Amino acid sequence: MNAPPKLPVSLAANPLLSSWLTFSRDGHVLVSPGKVEIGQGIVTALAQIAADELDVDIARVRMVRASTAMSPNEGVTSGSLSIQQSGRALRHACAEIRRIFLVAASDRLGVAADTLSVEDGTISGPGNVRTSYWELAEDVDLKREATAGASAKAIAQRSLAGHSVERLDIPDKVFGRPPFIQDQVLPNMLYGRVLRPDNARASLIALKDETTRTTAGLVAIVRDGRFCGVVSETENGAEIALQALGKAAVWSEGDALPDENDLASFLKAEPSELTVIDTRPAPTPATKARTIRRQYTRPYIAHASIAPSCAIAQWTGDKVHVWTHSQGVYLLRADLALVLNLPVENITVEHMEGAGCYGHNAADDVALDAVLLARTAGGRPVRVQWSRQDEMSQAPFGAAMAIEIEADLDPAGEIVDWRHAVWSNGHAARPGRATQPALLAGFELEKPFPRMISSNPPQANGGGADRNAIPLYNFPAWTIESHRLLTMPIRTSALRTLGAQGNVFAIECFLDEIASERAEDPVAFRLRYLRDERARDVIRAAAKRANWKPERTPGIGHGIGFARYKNTGAYCAVVAEIEGDEDIRVRKLTLAVDVGEAINPDGVINQIEGGAIQATSWVLKERVRFDQQRITSTSWSDYPILRFTEVPDVEVELIQRSELDPVGAGEAAHGPVTAAIANAVFDCLGVRIRNLPINRDSLIAAME
Amino acid sequence: MPSVRFRLNGVERDVDTDPDRMLLDVLRGSLAVTGPHFGCGAGECGACNVMVDGRAVSSCDMPLWSVAGKEVMTLEGLGSAEHPHPLQRAFIAEQALQCGYCVSGILISAAALLKQNPSPSKDDVKRALDGNLCRCGAHNRMVRAVLRAAAEMAAR
Repeated sequence: MNAPPKLPVSLAANPLLSSWLTFSRDGHVLVSPGKVEIGQGIVTALAQIAADELDVDIARVRMVRASTAMSPNEGVTSGSLSIQQSGRALRHACAEIRRIFLVAASDRLGVAADTLSVEDGTISGPGNVRTSYWELAEDVDLKREATAGASAKAIAQRSLAGHSVERLDIPDKVFGRPPFIQDQVLPNMLYGRVLRPDNARASLIALKDETTRTTAGLVAIVRDGRFCGVVSETENGAEIALQALGKAAVWSEGDALPDENDLASFLKAEPSELTVIDTRPAPTPATKARTIRRQYTRPYIAHASIAPSCAIAQWTGDKVHVWTHSQGVYLLRADLALVLNLPVENITVEHMEGAGCYGHNAADDVALDAVLLARTAGGRPVRVQWSRQDEMSQAPFGAAMAIEIEADLDPAGEIVDWRHAVWSNGHAARPGRATQPALLAGFELEKPFPRMISSNPPQANGGGADRNAIPLYNFPAWTIESHRLLTMPIRTSALRTLGAQGNVFAIECFLDEIASERAEDPVAFRLRYLRDERARDVIRAAAKRANWKPERTPGIGHGIGFARYKNTGAYCAVVAEIEGDEDIRVRKLTLAVDVGEAINPDGVINQIEGGAIQATSWVLKERVRFDQQRITSTSWSDYPILRFTEVPDVEVELIQRSELDPVGAGEAAHGPVTAAIANAVFDCLGVRIRNLPINRDSLIAAME
Repeated sequence: MPSVRFRLNGVERDVDTDPDRMLLDVLRGSLAVTGPHFGCGAGECGACNVMVDGRAVSSCDMPLWSVAGKEVMTLEGLGSAEHPHPLQRAFIAEQALQCGYCVSGILISAAALLKQNPSPSKDDVKRALDGNLCRCGAHNRMVRAVLRAAAEMAAR
């Protein structure tokens, strides 16, 4: 017997059909997913799905920004899950809504529902009878719960999925009609700025704010414990007041930060909590001839979005409306309710686009800043924006990691046992998931909330520091462990891929080393240890496209890297071509990717290209710098990222598998690209770089 | 207060304000022109680039007085949906962005390049855009878009 059909997870959690979609009488479909646009093009892919399922022209689809006032609660837009979760729910909801309208049309037109067809929203049947979604909209009540019965169209009947529809948001962005929150001006709006110390743990000893009080346009100086800021009539006035306030503030020293040049020792010495992530016992006792052990590290990495974080808040009595580029409007609302000690019903959080978001950045923090400053604004909205310096030093970072892998080899040099251990702070301290808030200002108030120590999502959700630590390779035995730090001198949370970049770097470089010692081709070596045909296909496709392995040329190196993101998401293999002498330049990245059904192939390719280029930047350039007291990499000079002249050519081959459920593409490339570049450096220069970033310093250190 | 006069997107403007204020702040604040974006405030990212007498410059570290009598162009002056500049058409055709926050400054840098060099090579384009940062990794698409626009303009 078949199991009863189940609703997609997101739809089961938000079954009210009208929360996903409504029709307007003027011929538009208003689609309101709970996931948000963060520069990844998700709203276009979701519009494609809705248009396909409903049989309407995509030009009729209006994508509504997520808001706690009405949208389905889809948690957070993260983990490359939007197309999987929101896409599936929306497809199902649209299929059911289409059916409901066909029944209503059948009643009105007096013909059987199964004789009706839909073309661009017009429903027609035998005898030339016709009506439309828009005509019926008033009579059809979508305030009803989704049922499991509706079935979506067969793949062959979809006309938009699988096609590279142009993104809906791009024209506004090239014509200067940007939807960015940083550009929004509400009537009577004021401007706020917050002052923060260089050391996040410093206390505010004194604030002599007489000069600040005289600055032009000043509306309020806000102080609550260590939290202090200004509100002004103009943005320029707010900047001037902030400068004055900075001179007026006397801060204590804070807690000491670790040694930036010895992260592995620091990570291994701190108190930590050990979790055994996975074990695979050996089926038969193997003969161990020798053991190889290697240690890999990656530094703290900054989000470093091009726009500093920004939010707008407006109080009306004891209710507050917040505009934010947070990844999760409901989660932010939950944390705001904790800090403000208000029921969630008093808080409306509405999404508005910011610049590219690569994880848990300062979007949520600045939202609380705006809410706190706006309390003094007499009901006027206040827009608060962080400085570049704060964006680079106060926002959470991607966590530094130390990874140790040991492999037991048999006399033939085959892997018989494998042990992988990670030391790292947790990779998640997102708002809305705990009984305490995760928002920066919450730790600074007169009655502060305890500073949240980041944790790791469970492996069932993809894991955190341990993400991609379990090898996809078919080794006979393994033990995978994660040591999560219980202290957090440097604030960490989710950054693109969480721990996967570090783990894939370690696994793929270690495998490369073992293959090289065996004098075996690294592609052939990987294929021997992989059973998963989709994994083998992307490796073979990338290798073929890159003419693996190109003839040796002095000064040029080639390397390969592979992973399936989270071991459940997109498959990605890449061949890197680098040029190396005293510096490393990445010339070309050739990738092959399998995301199952690619709803918008060009959107997938754009995400993979972007991921590959961002990963190249992480690998070659990025490292958060600090001394004993403060983060020192607070500008683009101190925290350089890859520039146009340094960007490699990127080629992406997409393996389209329309019959398989789609998965996200945004995080698939980072790990494989990191490893491929490191392996290419070995191919070129004969040195193994095991500590990121790969730059002149790490090359010299590795050669010594 | 002394006033500063300059042409903005082809229109003569008189601004009564402190001439030491930065151009970006005046554009976004007093003049409500939001095409140029704040990114760093130190002239290091190019998000606020505007064209001054045909050259792309950052406006966040340029005092207002320095543009007195000059011609300033922002994204708003480049083209519109009704009358797009070839660069704008090309950025749509190549889907040459992800988040798009940096694009305003990049279009300005590209437009300044095409004024000086109507048939740039790929390397010319990369060099011209080197002062503009993009964090999403849409660089190669943007370079292709600029080359496409150059080809379109040459074919006219």
